[in-house]
Amino acid sequence: MIWQLDLMILTLVVVCALVTINIKDLLGASVVFGIYSFLMCLLWAEMGAVDVAFTEATVGAGVSTIFFISAILRTTRRSKD
Amino acid sequence: MRDIYEHSAGEDLIIKTSVRLLVPFIQLFGLYVIVHGHYSPGGGFQGGVILGAAFILLALAYDMKTSQEYMTIRVNALFTNLGAAIFIGVGAVSAIFGGLFLDYAALNKLIPLGPIEWHSFGIFLVEVGVGFTVMSIMVLLYWNLSSSGTLDEGL
Amino acid sequence: MKHLALIATLATGALLLYGTKDFPAWGDPQAPASTYLSPHYIEDAVEETHVPNIVTAVLGDYRGYDTMFETVVIYCAGMAVVSVLSRKREEE
Repeated sequence: MIWQLDLMILTLVVVCALVTINIKDLLGASVVFGIYSFLMCLLWAEMGAVDVAFTEATVGAGVSTIFFISAILRTTRRSKD
Repeated sequence: MRDIYEHSAGEDLIIKTSVRLLVPFIQLFGLYVIVHGHYSPGGGFQGGVILGAAFILLALAYDMKTSQEYMTIRVNALFTNLGAAIFIGVGAVSAIFGGLFLDYAALNKLIPLGPIEWHSFGIFLVEVGVGFTVMSIMVLLYWNLSSSGTLDEGL
Repeated sequence: MKHLALIATLATGALLLYGTKDFPAWGDPQAPASTYLSPHYIEDAVEETHVPNIVTAVLGDYRGYDTMFETVVIYCAGMAVVSVLSRKREEE
């Protein structure tokens, strides 16, 4: 593990999580959540858990973002609170 | 909000052509991930998701009818149940032939390959079952979510 | 109310961070998890299953129940979405 890279990815993970919670636009929130999943995938791959990283990249960053977007297009794009 | 998907957005020649060229390679990569899970990272779950994502990409670039020409609803339901049945069936057959549930070495009495080779082959059968189920469930979830349950026209 | 929630969240986070102090270090060979079960998998998995990828051997063979119920969970998720959302076009 390279601790500089680790620290950078972890900082970006926390920033992405906060942005996902606080953003009003739900489409933007799901895109930022995809970025969060991809950063988690990088973190798993850096720790040597390549299988988990693969699952995270396909399910978290790939398919679940499409599911979120297709659900948002059927409901509303603005968050109420 | 309604007019975003009334006139079919994304009906673009470049997107359609590139998706038509990409989809066979995505499916080949998904099959490779399932089959080569013994030697490299991957396995049934990841390969199934990649195979399902190929059909979702087809439904995104064209429309839902085109993806249902390649995988009909009936074939989708068949694959969903077939995958789960393969997994549980392998476990049940190995229990019937004198081993424990999911103890693949007991299948040696059915076809004599050797108990250790049966462990390897049993893992392969199980991964194929997981891949079938995950692929068809992903496509089914996308169809239902994007057409709000009617399965005829979506994004 | 919002301040109370913030205090509760911060206290829980501090407790969790304090709890990680007792965890073994990352990749520690003397950790309890890597002294009892992991050596058996690492030494015997290839001989017992002829699968070079230990993760696949553990997921598919040693922990077969886990993978089976993972598949069943995915199956149930699909069936739940279908039974909640599915409808005919004429009923609109």
